[in-house]
Amino acid sequence: MGGGWLNGVKRDFTKEEALEEYLFFLADDALILGQQLSKWCSAGPVLEQDIAIINTALDHIGRARLLYQHLAEIKGGATTEDSLAYFRDHMDFRNALLVEQPNGHWGDSIVRSFFIDTFNFYLYDALRNCTYAPIAEIAEKSIKEIAYHAQWSAEWVVRLGDGTEESHGKVQKSIDDLWMWAGELFESAPVFEVLDPSFVAFPTLKSAWLNKVDEVLQMATLARPEDDAWAQTGGRYGIHSAHLGYILAEMQSLPRTYPDATW
Amino acid sequence: MGTNISLEEKFQAYVDAENKVEPKDWMPEKYRKTLVRQISQHAHSEIIGMQPEANWITRAPSLRAKLILLAKVQDEAGHGLYLYSAAETLGTSRDQMIADLQSGKAKYSSIFNYPTPSWADMGTIGWLVDGAAIQNQVMLTRTSYGPYARAMVKICKEESFHQRQGYEVVMKLAQGTPEQKKMAQESLNRWWWPSLMMFGPSDDNSPNSEQSMRWKIKRKSNDTLRQEFIDKTVPQAHYLGLTIPDPDLKWNDERGSYDFGEINWDEFYNVIQGNGPCNKDRITHHVKAHEEGAWVREAALAYAEKEAKRKENRTSAA
Ligand SMILES: [Fe+2]
Ligand SMILES: [Fe+2]
Ligand SMILES: [Fe+2]
Repeated sequence: MGGGWLNGVKRDFTKEEALEEYLFFLADDALILGQQLSKWCSAGPVLEQDIAIINTALDHIGRARLLYQHLAEIKGGATTEDSLAYFRDHMDFRNALLVEQPNGHWGDSIVRSFFIDTFNFYLYDALRNCTYAPIAEIAEKSIKEIAYHAQWSAEWVVRLGDGTEESHGKVQKSIDDLWMWAGELFESAPVFEVLDPSFVAFPTLKSAWLNKVDEVLQMATLARPEDDAWAQTGGRYGIHSAHLGYILAEMQSLPRTYPDATW
Repeated sequence: MGTNISLEEKFQAYVDAENKVEPKDWMPEKYRKTLVRQISQHAHSEIIGMQPEANWITRAPSLRAKLILLAKVQDEAGHGLYLYSAAETLGTSRDQMIADLQSGKAKYSSIFNYPTPSWADMGTIGWLVDGAAIQNQVMLTRTSYGPYARAMVKICKEESFHQRQGYEVVMKLAQGTPEQKKMAQESLNRWWWPSLMMFGPSDDNSPNSEQSMRWKIKRKSNDTLRQEFIDKTVPQAHYLGLTIPDPDLKWNDERGSYDFGEINWDEFYNVIQGNGPCNKDRITHHVKAHEEGAWVREAALAYAEKEAKRKENRTSAA
């Protein structure tokens, strides 16, 4: 592999470790995305969409809770959903880099959601058959809302792409700018090799995702960047962009200021 | 029956008989204007009121608290939407109402011109501000204008939920560490008086009230509602071991009510006139979101028009 940015990251996992890592992939994606989307509250382009995006943030954070609660059960001791959310630092977060990218304008947030929502749709749909019951149950519980998110963000991509000249130009730029953060979603990771195949390996979702993206972008009269373009990497190993530190500093400030308090 | 009964008199008799006025019914122009002003002001309060609470969503100290707060603010957005629709039945468009809000012509509850520096404020607002809103809105479920009354029935249920959740947040703090307890008391100190101000000027300084009562838009005076709120809320504070920041507060056996101190009316009128700590921030934020969203709304409109045309072409080709 040679030396590079990811030099020195852990690549050997026991089965137990791999299970936790996989759960953190799912949970941290959900929490960070929900946290980001929640910033649109009172700032959306129209009241109806404020409501829609808050609703989506609620879904993501709700799903994150289920996953953290299960992780807390596995870890035992004093671990709780909140200790996992509030008392881990950036190097322990396993979310994809895409979800920590800034909200930007409405088009940027929509494209970020469109990429991850479409990924989540194929992922959670397949995870309904996971042999590990807790994951299968959460997937079953969440698939309906995830399908709704994917539809909502795809509809907005079409609306912006096929709307005005201005919106077309803006959302095309969002796609071009965010593309290099999307490739990581389908990256192979050592944990997939340790877990049984019903823990969906993310690379297997790529072709379905690309087909859907192509279909939506075509409706939106938008162009897709090359699928073999260089992609950023690191999130699944705890190597993050500089944005995550600020997201966590804001989110974790209160429990860290008053570590003895319960809320 | 005299044939020379005026429309106004007929309207008054109709309202006096506890009938609901519906959008298509004849109504005095001033009744319509009063309602548009009141309902749009209420809608704006729901919308501007999202801001001080949205301020804590990203920093809520537990995931559960984050979800509850998000859901609450989402409810408020829904209330705003619902109330804009109720006001639209009187012939004023939502765009117009929003323009009036942004230009300063329309008002919103002045309580939202105070900042929320503390997490405890998320509890106190739910407890006191939603609590005061309920006091007012329970009365409005019986208001004479049908669409407004019906909106209030729906909204009141959610507001009382908010109030309970807010009280729960304060209770956790009041029963928590010394720092948390301090947070709760300090927050109550700040919000108590502005909450009392929410009921508006005292009855002798409330010129529009009397007409509103006659039309049964309002059914209780500002001072009556304020007293009811105080009598209900003081025991809740005592239960938490918190102190109401009013040295003159005292149970009056004879009246069966609490006596209380004088409101700082100077502050009240100044905040209403735009001099509160956050008046500028609230409107600036609203205008900014609105302006930044303009290209998005235009795109959605352009797309909808294109779609309609495409549909038309498809059907005419068929
Ligand atoms: Fe409300
Ligand atoms: Fe309200
Ligand atoms: Fe409320």
